[in-house]
Amino acid sequence: MSDVITVNASGLSCPQPVMLTKKALSEISSGRVEVLVDTATSRNNVSRYAGNKGWKVSTEERDGGYKVILEK
Amino acid sequence: MDKTLTSKYGPCIAGGIIGLIAVALVHFGNPGNMGFCVACFTRDIAGALGFHRAGIVQYIRPEIPGFILGSFISSLIFREYSPRGGSSPAVRFGLGMFAMLGALVFLGCPWRAYLRVAGGDWNALYGLGGLIVGIFIGIIFLWNGFSLGASESNPKAAGLIMPLISIALLALLFIAPKFGDNAPVFFSSSGPGSQHAPILIALGAGLVVGWLAQRSRFCTVGAVRDFLMMGDAYLLKGIISFTLVAFIANYALGTFKPGFESQPVAHTNELWNFLGMVLSGLAFTLAGGCPGRQLIMAGEGDSDAGIFVIGMLAGAAVAHNFSAASSGAGIGAYGIHVTIIGLVFCAFVGLCFRDRG
Repeated sequence: MSDVITVNASGLSCPQPVMLTKKALSEISSGRVEVLVDTATSRNNVSRYAGNKGWKVSTEERDGGYKVILEK
Repeated sequence: MDKTLTSKYGPCIAGGIIGLIAVALVHFGNPGNMGFCVACFTRDIAGALGFHRAGIVQYIRPEIPGFILGSFISSLIFREYSPRGGSSPAVRFGLGMFAMLGALVFLGCPWRAYLRVAGGDWNALYGLGGLIVGIFIGIIFLWNGFSLGASESNPKAAGLIMPLISIALLALLFIAPKFGDNAPVFFSSSGPGSQHAPILIALGAGLVVGWLAQRSRFCTVGAVRDFLMMGDAYLLKGIISFTLVAFIANYALGTFKPGFESQPVAHTNELWNFLGMVLSGLAFTLAGGCPGRQLIMAGEGDSDAGIFVIGMLAGAAVAHNFSAASSGAGIGAYGIHVTIIGLVFCAFVGLCFRDRG
């Protein structure tokens, strides 16, 4: 199993969480990426972006926000 | 309903309803093409509080506290109330100030720019062009690593500041106290500040829009930004729906009056309509969202957005105290100066604030 890539986008303004996610996904063709965000808006934006790019998306609540898990 | 608002159709539905409410508010008494204008309304509030003394634009517009409180209540109900702050607050104050100055050179925030077009005011097309260019300049900074840094979680009570200020504003509106001779609270007896929908209708509209925008993430700047940056039309559909419904409603009510001349609260100077909105669009993009979105985030507990809004309030005072605001007669004596200073400020911020990670 490949390593998990963690993207810490917590606390960043729009559209930086999606930009960081885009950068991380552009560097791999498959695997698991975990994006840490602090707001529901960022969670939704990251989920929508990755979902549109064909990644399987799931989310977990964590202390101070959410973890968006992207798998392919 | 909430599932619809948070679905992919959310911004489209919210935008349409907001567009309809905007035209209705003009029908009930708001100035022409000014069903909603976050810049103009904040400027009127600054005037009512005596932060500037332009007698024709002084009124506590209940739509603004309505936005904040609507978002606050919605975020509480849907467990999205999330107090946070600490991402370059002083810079955000400056961005809010210059976003307001640019908007008052044009005479409207992005919301009103779309509404002016929907009412047939073609001068606003220059403003919209400027808005898009300003957003695009902001995108270039973002592509080059621009970031104001991460905010941090704050204590629950920290997010109450803007909702409490909103309640205080509503109290001042309803009680209308006088704090001495030639002292606030001021209410215009003529001009745009004297034109307003009945208080309860305007407040209700603000609360509903605050809720709709909180759930759907409606953002008039993010719409263009996301489409230009990533080809993502999610928010853009909200703006198209907003403008289209407002146009249809204007047409139906006979308030669609196409042309350049004699448009309500507007001037015909193409260049400064354009450049004013370049400044605004850039400042909003660097701050992460349009003025309405800043109010919504402030309601959710984002004190950085709250600081941006207070910066806008200060910007309104600067605009009128230093003769930088435009009027129907044309641009203010110092409108050009503040626009250029604002563009330099935003360029400085865009270049100096890079993600060091």
